[in-house]
Amino acid sequence: MAILEVKNIHKNFGKTKVLKGVSFSMEKSEVVAILGSSGSGKTTLLRCINFLETADKGQILVEGKPIFDASDKRKKSASEIRDMQLNFGMVFQSFNLFPQYSALENVMLAPKLLAKERADFRQNKKQIYKEIEQTCIQLLDRVGLSQKLSNYPCELSGGQQQRVSIARALALNPKVLFFDEPTSALDPELTGEILKVIRDLARKQMTMIIVTHEIEFARNVADRIIFMDGGVVVEEGAPQYVIDNPQNERTRAFLSKLSER
Amino acid sequence: MGFLEVTLTLLSGFKTTFFIFIATLLLSLPLGLIITFGSMCRFLPIKILVRTFVWIIRGTPLMLQIILVFYGPGLLWDMDAMARTTAVLIAFVVNYSAYFSEIYRGGIESVSKGQYEAGQVLGLTKVQVFFRIVLFQVIKRIVPPMSNEIITLVKDTSLARIIAVEEIIMVAQRYISAKALIWPLFYSGAFYLIFCGLLTILFWFIEKKLDYYHS
Repeated sequence: MAILEVKNIHKNFGKTKVLKGVSFSMEKSEVVAILGSSGSGKTTLLRCINFLETADKGQILVEGKPIFDASDKRKKSASEIRDMQLNFGMVFQSFNLFPQYSALENVMLAPKLLAKERADFRQNKKQIYKEIEQTCIQLLDRVGLSQKLSNYPCELSGGQQQRVSIARALALNPKVLFFDEPTSALDPELTGEILKVIRDLARKQMTMIIVTHEIEFARNVADRIIFMDGGVVVEEGAPQYVIDNPQNERTRAFLSKLSER
Repeated sequence: MGFLEVTLTLLSGFKTTFFIFIATLLLSLPLGLIITFGSMCRFLPIKILVRTFVWIIRGTPLMLQIILVFYGPGLLWDMDAMARTTAVLIAFVVNYSAYFSEIYRGGIESVSKGQYEAGQVLGLTKVQVFFRIVLFQVIKRIVPPMSNEIITLVKDTSLARIIAVEEIIMVAQRYISAKALIWPLFYSGAFYLIFCGLLTILFWFIEKKLDYYHS
């Protein structure tokens, strides 16, 4: 069964139609890269799936269960949206770390707050917090930052900040992890360390959707490429087809423009 | 008339000054936050109402507001006059809440949308996002404008004498009519100066404390 299924998503901002019926599905452990020029709706799609925007039309299913249906007019409570949100993790282009917290505190914040809702929280508070801390230290170690646990975001490089934000997203064990142009705010020499972390996650069977402009990276790490243009999916398939042998006119135009750079 | 005696008399007047200051501060800091939420409310009627209120409070002299609170109820509804200090406190708290609310609003709106979004995708509730993520960043940003406003408050307390509340200026002025002495009035300035100096050190210390990160 598909771990994530997106059906016919539409989104308008005022009169501008940004998404005009996007559908796709993905399997567990699959890595999907979404390519497309700016304004093609890639980021809006990610934001709709993550409830940062509300789609005007369409459905989203996780493991076959509908978590969003635009035709369902019943207003969802904040806690319902929250439960659905926890299916996903999101890594932003601009990191969005919390500046007043250290790297480790950034990663621990959400798991600690979530743990308060556990039935056994009162009795086992110390134990629970200790376990969370251990897990979060391991996560930061996994992204190569075991030496930076107590550093504040302003003391870290862009690449290190983005790695903290990846660890932060992983701390909640999301079923699908989304990346919104994770290297676009970074100097070219720092993008490598992020791509290495993502590649490592792919090797460990993490299900991921990556919006990126790094064609070579997409080719190497993604199982499937989705190419978007004008708010629709124009072409999708294995990298060797979409990137190396595009069938669609718009895909070809986009790729040739990139190779001219 | 000895220096020491004048000092002690002025000090007793300064007690009232300090009381108006600290009570206004403690009450208007939280009340200002409530007004902020009102002026940022998505429900338009509330937003318009609150912003009109802020406009009126900031657009008229505090001195007039004190007079209105003290004499208004008696003139309009034939109510008994309230205690003078109470009237002064009501006027001050309302006035300063309005100013604080605008400083808070500036602080809250300066926190980037990404901070809210990051909190949201991590499954934090709106209340958690505000108290765990946003509030601290707001506090750091508003310390300089708040310290400005709070230091102004110290000196604004002298307006209380308009309805004969015995704060330090009023006490000092009495020496002119009673003893033909003007220097106690000027001397009262030293009390303000020292107190504002202490506050300045306090704010400097707070800023320093919050300086462990920048965003």
